Amino acid sequence: MANKRIDEPTGTETVGHEWDGIEELDTPMPRWWLWTLYLTIVWGVVYVILYPAWPLVDKATEGVLGWSSRGELAEEMSVVDQARATVREELARIPIERLPENSELFGQAVAGGRSAFQVHCSQCHGSGAAGSQTLGYPNLNDDDWLWGGDLKAIEYTLVNGIRAPGVEDTRTSLMPPFEGAFEPARLDGLVSHVLSLSGKGASNGTGVQLYQDNCSVCHGAAGEGNRELGAPRLNDAIWLYGSSREQVRDQILNPKMGRMPHWSERLDPVTIKMLSAYVWSLGGGEEFVEVAEDPTVEVDEEP
Amino acid sequence: MKNRDPGRASSAPPRREGEERDWSVVVEDGRAKTNEPVSSAVAEPEATTLRHEPHEPPRQQLPTKLFEKRTKVHNKRIDGPFRRFKWFVMFVTLAIYYGTPWIRWDRGPYAPDQAVLVDLANRRFYMFGIEIWPHEFYYVAGLLIMAALGLFLVTSAVGRAWCGYACPQTVWTDLFQHVDRFVDGDRNARMRLDAAPMGPKKFAKRSFKYTIYLVISFWTGGAWIMYFADAPTLVRDFWAGEAAPAAYITVAILTLTTFTLGGFMREQVCIYMCPWPRIQTAMMDEKSLLVTYKDWRGEPRGSVKKAEKNPGKFGDCIDCLQCVAVCPTGIDIREGPQVGCITCGLCIDACDKVMADVGRPRGLIDYATLEDCEKEANGEPTRSPWRALLRPRTLAYFLIWGSIGFAMLFALGVRNHVGLSVSPDRNPPYILMSDGSVRNSYTLKLRNMESRPREMEIAIEGLPGALMWTDTIGRDDAARTQVKTVLADQVLSVRAYVVAPEGTSTQDFSFSVTSRDEQQETATTETRFDTPGGEE
Repeated sequence: MANKRIDEPTGTETVGHEWDGIEELDTPMPRWWLWTLYLTIVWGVVYVILYPAWPLVDKATEGVLGWSSRGELAEEMSVVDQARATVREELARIPIERLPENSELFGQAVAGGRSAFQVHCSQCHGSGAAGSQTLGYPNLNDDDWLWGGDLKAIEYTLVNGIRAPGVEDTRTSLMPPFEGAFEPARLDGLVSHVLSLSGKGASNGTGVQLYQDNCSVCHGAAGEGNRELGAPRLNDAIWLYGSSREQVRDQILNPKMGRMPHWSERLDPVTIKMLSAYVWSLGGGEEFVEVAEDPTVEVDEEP
Repeated sequence: MKNRDPGRASSAPPRREGEERDWSVVVEDGRAKTNEPVSSAVAEPEATTLRHEPHEPPRQQLPTKLFEKRTKVHNKRIDGPFRRFKWFVMFVTLAIYYGTPWIRWDRGPYAPDQAVLVDLANRRFYMFGIEIWPHEFYYVAGLLIMAALGLFLVTSAVGRAWCGYACPQTVWTDLFQHVDRFVDGDRNARMRLDAAPMGPKKFAKRSFKYTIYLVISFWTGGAWIMYFADAPTLVRDFWAGEAAPAAYITVAILTLTTFTLGGFMREQVCIYMCPWPRIQTAMMDEKSLLVTYKDWRGEPRGSVKKAEKNPGKFGDCIDCLQCVAVCPTGIDIREGPQVGCITCGLCIDACDKVMADVGRPRGLIDYATLEDCEKEANGEPTRSPWRALLRPRTLAYFLIWGSIGFAMLFALGVRNHVGLSVSPDRNPPYILMSDGSVRNSYTLKLRNMESRPREMEIAIEGLPGALMWTDTIGRDDAARTQVKTVLADQVLSVRAYVVAPEGTSTQDFSFSVTSRDEQQETATTETRFDTPGGEE
C-alpha cells in the first residue's frame, strides 16, 4: 500500500505517491461532498430502474417507465402530423387556382411540395428541377411548357401523367416517325427551316414546303407549338432534345417522346396540390387564364 | 501560507508525539536518504542516479479520514468602514438585480418597452438604446471578454475584491447571514440556539427563518425570469398559471439553488466549489492589495495583562479572536493569505476597533501589499495603498479593457441598420429562357434593424440589360429596381429572379438595398451571374 505520512507545512496526510519529490496531499473532502456522492449513487439506482440501462444481447433492459427515444420521436412526429393536419385540410378545401391569393397557405404548400418533389420527382427532373437534356427530362424552372404552365395544367399533368399507359385522361399525343419519308437533301432543308424558326440560320424553299405539309398541323405555321397536343414550340431557344442539326434530324426521323407516370394512385390530392404549387413557384409558373380551355380536375374531397 | 523552507527542517526538526527523530533523513536498508524534495537543479551530480529511487518515509498507520467535518460559521456583527462599504455594494447590486427588469424604455410601437430584455423567442437582446441581433453576437463575446479582463484588472489591483463585495455568492450569503442575525440574534445567541435541543421555541424560530430564506430565494428566482420577458405581463401570467413551463421550472431551480447556496452552503462554495479563488492565486503578486495580518507586529500574541507584566515581550495582537468571530467564511486571517479569505475587510474593522480600545495603532490587520508589509517590517517607508493601484500591470489591463469597450461602443454607433445577404441558387446555376435570355435565381434576405417598418429598394448594380422580378412581383413588372416593405425588426426573405439578355457572359454583379427614408441607409452585396457561355 501507499506510504502515507503527514505533510509538515499543511498538517495533511499524503496519498503516498511521490515523483521527483512531488507528492500529493490527501485533503479530506467536506462531508456534504460525500453526501453528493451517495446521492449520485441513489440517482443511478433509480435511473436504472426507471429507464433503459443494462445492455443485453439484442436490446437493453426496458425500465419501468417504458421510455424509449424511438417512442419519444414517434410521439413528437405525431404531434407535428396533427399540426400539419389543419394545413392539409385547408389545402384540400381551396381550389388550386385560388391558392396564390393566400400567401401563407401557398408558402406552406410550396414547402411541402419541395420535400415531396425530392422524394418522388427528383429522380428524373433533378433535385433542382432542372431536368436533363441528354435524357430528355424537361427543365421545370424555365418559362417553356409543353402541356401548360398554370397551376391547373400542372396539377392535371401530375394527376394523369403523360402518355401513361392505362390512364384514360392521360396527356397523350404521337409524333409520327419520318424515317425513310424524305430524301436526305430534302430532309436537310427541313432541318434548316426548323432551326431558322428560332433564328438559327436561314430557311429554304424545300424546308418551308415540307414543314407546311408535315409539321405545321401540330407545331404551328411559325413553330409556335400546341399545348393541347403537347407539341413543343420550335421558335424558342429551348430544345428538349438538343439543337444541333444531327439532334434535330434524329428527332424528325425517330422522335423521342417523354413519358411521366400518373400520380393520382400513389399520392394523395393534397400532396399533388403541394407539388403543383412548388413546380409553379420555381420561376416559370404562368397565371391562370380564365378563357383558356383547361381540362377539368376532380374536386378533392379528403386530404 | 508558509513556505517550505529547505533550511528549516534541519535546523528545527519537527517532532511527532512520543518519538524523537530527525525527519529530514530517512534511513532505509542501511542508507540515509534525504526526505526533502531534491531538485535536479541543485542536486549533486550523483543524485541524478538516485533521484528516482524511492526515498520513502517509514510506514505508519494513520486514522483514515473520509471527510472533513464542517464547522458552522456564526459571524459576529461588526461596524466599520468596510462593513458600511459592504452594505453599500450589497444594496446597489441587489437593487440592480431586482430592479432592472422594471425599467421601461420607449422604443415605439413595434418593439418591447423593457429597458433590458433578452428576447430568446425572437432572438433579440435589448439593453436601453442598444439592440443586438443574433448575428452580432460578437458584442456579447466582447462583453464577456471585458468581464474577464475586468476581473483580471480588479484582482491585480485590489486582490479578491470581487469575492469580498460583489460576487453574488457573497452578496446573498451576506443577506442570509443578516436574516440569521435578525431572527436568532448575534453570534453567541446563534451558537446557543444551535446547541439547544429542538423545542417549540427553536422550532418556531427555525420555521420563521427558513420561511424568510424561501421568500428571498423565490424572489431571487422570480427576478431572473423577468429579464427574458415583459416583466409586468410575466408577473400577471405567472400568478395566473399561464406562463411558460420554462418560467416555472427556472424559478423553481433558482429558488432551490439560492436557498441551498445562500442559506446553507455559503463559504463552502468559495472554498470547495468555486474555481476563481484558485485562478486568482495566479494573478496576484506581491504588489497586489490584500487583507493581511502583520505578524511582525502582532507576534507573539499576548493579552493586555500579560503585556503589562512583561513589557516588550509581546506583540500587538492580544489574541481576542475578534477577527475570527466576524469572518463570514470562518477563517483565521492570522494564518496568512488563504483560499477561504474573500478579502471583505470585516476583520480589519474588528481589529481596528479592538486596537482603538486598547490604545494601540490601527492596522494590525490591513489592506496592504506583501511588498509593503516587508518594507514596513524592516522599518522602511511604505507607499500609500492607493499607489498600489497604479502600476504597469494594472494600467495595461485597464488600457486593454478600455479599448475593447471603446471599440465596441464605436462599432455600435456606426453600425448599419439595414442588411442584405444574397445566396444564389446553385442547382441549377442558370436557366435558359424561351427567348434565349438567361435567368439566375437568388434568395435575398433584407434586414431591417429599426423598430419600424421600412420600405427598401432593391437594385441591380452592374450586369447591363438585366431585369429583376420576385416571387411576389410578376415578370410583367420586371425592372432593375424593386421596392419591398420590411416589417419592423424583421428579416424579409425575397426570391429574386434576374434575367439577362442573350449573350451575357458570366460575371460578378451586386445587389444593393437602400432604405427609402431620411437615413437612406445602404447595404451592398456582391454575387455572381452564371451563364452557359462562361466568362469572357
